[in-house]
Formats: sequence, C-alpha cells, structure tokens
Amino acid sequence: MGAYVIRRLAWLPFVLLIVSFITFALARFGPGDPVAIAAGQIRDPEVLAQVREQRGLDGSIIEQYGRWLRDAVQGDFGESFIQQGYSVSELIFPRMWVSAQLGFLALVIIFVVGIPLGLLSAKLAGTWADPAIIGSLLFLQAIPVLVLIPPLLWLFALQFNLLPVGGWDGLFDIWWIAGVIAIPIPDPHLYLPLTAFTLPGFVGVARLVRISALEVNTLDYVRTARAKGLSETAVQWRHVFPNSLLPLITVFGLALSGIIEGALFVETLLGIPGIGRFLFEAVTSRDYDVIMATTVIFATAFILANLVAELMYGLVDPRVRLGASRN
Amino acid sequence: MTMTAAQEVPYEESSAGESPWRGVLRRLVRKRLAMISLAVILLIYAGGIFAPLLAPYGYNTQDLDHGLEGPSAEHWLGTDRLGRDMLSRTLYSARTTVVVTTAVVLSGSLLIGNGLGLLAGYKGGWVDAIIMRVGDVFSSLPALVMLILINATLGPRVEDFARWVEDLTGIDGIVSSGFHSYLLVFGALSLFFWVGAARVIRAQVLQLRESDFILAAESLGASSGRVIRSHLLPNVSFLIILSVSATLGGIAGSEIVLTWFGVGVQNAPSFGAMIFDGSGARTFQSHPHLLLVPGAVVTALLFAFNLFGDALNDAVRGR
Repeated sequence: MGAYVIRRLAWLPFVLLIVSFITFALARFGPGDPVAIAAGQIRDPEVLAQVREQRGLDGSIIEQYGRWLRDAVQGDFGESFIQQGYSVSELIFPRMWVSAQLGFLALVIIFVVGIPLGLLSAKLAGTWADPAIIGSLLFLQAIPVLVLIPPLLWLFALQFNLLPVGGWDGLFDIWWIAGVIAIPIPDPHLYLPLTAFTLPGFVGVARLVRISALEVNTLDYVRTARAKGLSETAVQWRHVFPNSLLPLITVFGLALSGIIEGALFVETLLGIPGIGRFLFEAVTSRDYDVIMATTVIFATAFILANLVAELMYGLVDPRVRLGASRN
Repeated sequence: MTMTAAQEVPYEESSAGESPWRGVLRRLVRKRLAMISLAVILLIYAGGIFAPLLAPYGYNTQDLDHGLEGPSAEHWLGTDRLGRDMLSRTLYSARTTVVVTTAVVLSGSLLIGNGLGLLAGYKGGWVDAIIMRVGDVFSSLPALVMLILINATLGPRVEDFARWVEDLTGIDGIVSSGFHSYLLVFGALSLFFWVGAARVIRAQVLQLRESDFILAAESLGASSGRVIRSHLLPNVSFLIILSVSATLGGIAGSEIVLTWFGVGVQNAPSFGAMIFDGSGARTFQSHPHLLLVPGAVVTALLFAFNLFGDALNDAVRGR
C-alpha cells in the first residue's frame, strides 16, 4: 500500500508541471500585452522595458516560465495586474477559504441527503416510488446550473423576499437570546448556492447506494441474519446499510470535482467572492498572474480530489492497487 | 464507416440464434422511457437539422415593433430584446448543438478515442504507456476550466488567422458566420472527450488480444492495421456506441457553457447565448420566456441523453 500511495502522489507534481506550463503558454499567447496594461498610460520604451523586467516578462517563454515556477514553489504567485499593489496570494487565499467552506458544506449535504434517498429507493424497489425518486433526481441533474439559478433567485429573493440576492457573509449568524445565550444559525446567503451545488449531485450518490443495497440484500449473510430471527430493522441497519456504503467512495471524487467546476458558475451568478468568481473575473480582464495561480489551484484541488478517491478505493479493494503495481 | 464495418460481420449468439445487434435492439425497443427519450432527442435534432425550413423567421431578423414580447400568434415563443423570434433562434441553436455534438463525436470520441484505444490495447508496450499517460494527464485536468482558458486565449488568434485566410483566398464570411469559432470549439472539446472512450476500448482489446482468432489472424500474416480493422473493431463496436452515448450530453453541455462564458461559438445562435441573455433575476421576473424557452429545451435534451444512455447500457449488458 505504501508504495502505491507514493507512486500516485508522485503523479501530482508531474501533472501540475504540465498544467502550469500549458496555462502559462496559453496566457502568454493570448491577446493583449500585459506590460502595456501594467504600465497604464505610460508609453516610454524605457519604462516599458523596466516594467517588463520587473514583472519577469523579458526573455524567452521558457525563461519566463522558469522564473514563474521558481517563485511559485516558494509561494510567490506574482502581483495582480488589475488590482495593482496586491500580491496574488493575498487576493487568492481569502477567496479559497470562502470556496472551501461552501464546497465542503455542499459535499456533506450531497451525501447526507443522497444516502437516505438511495436506501429509501432500494427499500421501495418494485413499487412506483423507486423509479419516481431516481427519475426526479436524474431530472434535477439534467437542469444546468445556469438555468436553475435565475428562477431560484427570482422566487426566493424577489418574489418572497426570503433570501438575499447574492453575496457572502460567513457561514453562521449568531442569534442572541436575552443577550446571554448565543445560537449559531446558518447565514441566509448560504441557501441558494448550496441548493445549486447539491441538486445535481444527489442522483450519483442515491443511485449507487440503491444498487449496492439491492445487491447486498440478496447476499447469503443477510439471509442468515434474517433466518436467525433478526428484526428487519436490525437487518437493514446492522448488515445491509454499512456494507452498501462501501462503493460510495468512488463517487466522492466525482461529487467533489463537480462542486469544484460548479463553483465557476454558482459563484459568478450569485456574487460569492470565491475562487470560481475570481477566475471568471481574471479571464475576462486578462489578469495573467491571477489566471495562472487560480488555474493551478483549481487543477491541484481537482487532482487531489481524484487522488483521494482513488487511494480510498485502493484501500478497500486490494485488486486496484495490485493491478496498478503489475503494470 | 465503422458502423457498417461492424454490421457486416455476422456473428451469432449461440443460445438465441439471433445476432447480438438485434438482441440489443429488441431489449431497447421494449423500454418505454428509452423510446420517449429517443423521440425527444430526434425531435430536437430534427428541429436543428431542418431549422432553415422550419424557422418562421431568420435567426437575426429583427421585428422592432415587437421586442421583448411573450408568446403570440405571430411569434409562438415570443421575441427577445432585439425583437428576434425566439422559436427561430431556438431551432438555429439546436442546429449549433447538432453540428457541435456530431463533429466532436466524430473527431474526438470516434476517431481519436477509438483509434488510440485500439492502438494502445493492441500494440501494448511503450505505445500503450504513452497514450494512456497522456490520457491520464487530460483526465486529471479540470476540463471546464481548461476549455474556457483555451478558448479565451486562442479565440482572438484563431479569428486573426481566419481573417488572414479570408484576405488570402478571397473566401468571404468565415468570421461573420462564426466558422472559425466552431473549429476552435471542436478542437478544444475533442481534446477532452477522447479519454473515456480510449480507456474502455483499450481494456476490452487487452482481453481480445489473447484470443485464438487474433492469434490465428496474426499467424496467417495479417498486418497490425488489418487485425485492428477487421478483427478487433467489430468486437468492440458495442463499447464504441456506449461510450459515444455517454459523452453526448457532456459535449452538448460544454458548448452551451463555453458560449455562455462568451468564449464558445461566435456570431451564431446558441443555447448558451440565449440562456445568458435571459439570466439575471430581474430579467427573469419581467421576461421569463427569455430563459424558460432555451432552458426547457436544453434540460429536456440533457435529460433525454442521460436516460437513453442508461437504457442503452442496460440493453447492451443484456437487461
């Protein structure tokens, strides 16, 4: 197992190197001269050359990339071209924190809601309710987030005035009772983004739980449990439930990567100051160093999510890691 | 071409005595939901293919007296901000979806995906290693982020190149028809939609490679190309269909998302652009049809793709 983990982890820096180089080349190849943007109104060639050197934009693209890489591994991602005077790290970390909180909550909700729905569906197999549950979840998955958000906003924010139109105000509000007892309640800004993140994700979890619960139900040891007189509740909770959760770790990576990519749209449409919206703004305003840093961070998160899922899979199913070492 | 090659090979299923293709078709036709999904897909695709015949107006024709109006007898699905007929724009947007999915399936899934999958599985060794490692890199990238980046940075370059070609050859309308942006979308999507097909095909070929009939063909002196074309390809044709049906929704969705971002197809109608125009809570409050029309069509299409893909999967696996 140790060797397997190390081999998979060694893959990460290699892929990151490729991602960062492709991104770097694309960003430099794109339209608009970053030096002209950074220098503003000044067109003096001497000043331009100075800015070029200062920003590390002189020399060949390989040299430029080498410099960027050297700084990046030391945690220096350069300076924003648009918000001048701010380093990219300064701008990016608060936004990452917002996205991470939101993403983590969404992931938890997907599993907490998806698992019972899957078990319920398996229990109702053979009746009309089973295909109805899975079918409606599949339908929710088919609605693009881009189409889903405006009606939700209209309904909850404009029509009934229940929720804010967008923005972000931390995870919790504190309700003070008599000025002494503090009760944390979820901030109203959370509901819409969490809905948009989780609705498309339920079906993946629910379907997998359903299939494996149906499979486990036919196994010998479940029959034995029933035969020795255990109540149906005990059979379900003690024998079927834990064993049908095993395959779930395979959708973990999928759910997480869905959330990471979804952040681009959800955060942009709902005005949440997270990393997805930051990337959207950087791409539209051609803020080079921000594009570089956010893409690399996105890729890292994405690769780590898949890696964790794969490692957990290998932990549960020895065939995966043995098969991998044979190649 | 691959389809006919697959169909020409009559291989019998010993138990039932009917060809496996007919078995799959029989099981598929019995699934009511699959048939409804197929009908929805065919309806939207037919709408797209025959858009020039079906659309009551041109997709850019403006009716300035009737801007931003709901459904009426003149404009069945209403008009948008510029007074353009929503029904016509929907049909032409479906046309974009048809063109993009077909081209990407042909180039990405079928050509690159199957070609590389067959090659990797059959050749093995360093060919296999290189192809599959490149695939690993692509599948570990956040596809959407990379697609947006590729299109945003290369878009203006491709446009410059298209203008240069226009000047050089005297061919007109490459840029104004948005042809160059289609090419970029095809290329970028193909880059990311071949890995799944290649992996599935390779795994199957790895097993087939050891079978007697391949050994027999090789001992008779068949070249690698011939073994792949005439012996391996027909035997993975089911998987090819499955992997194609699994990626269709993703391809259609990606084009819509890219165009929504403003980096997809240009100068041509697309669901992405329509949805973008209808976004915004205030817009939705006063003119819901701007979002509901394209939103409903896209949701129906993606839903149908998913349901049909599932049913096809079941039918091929004998359920």
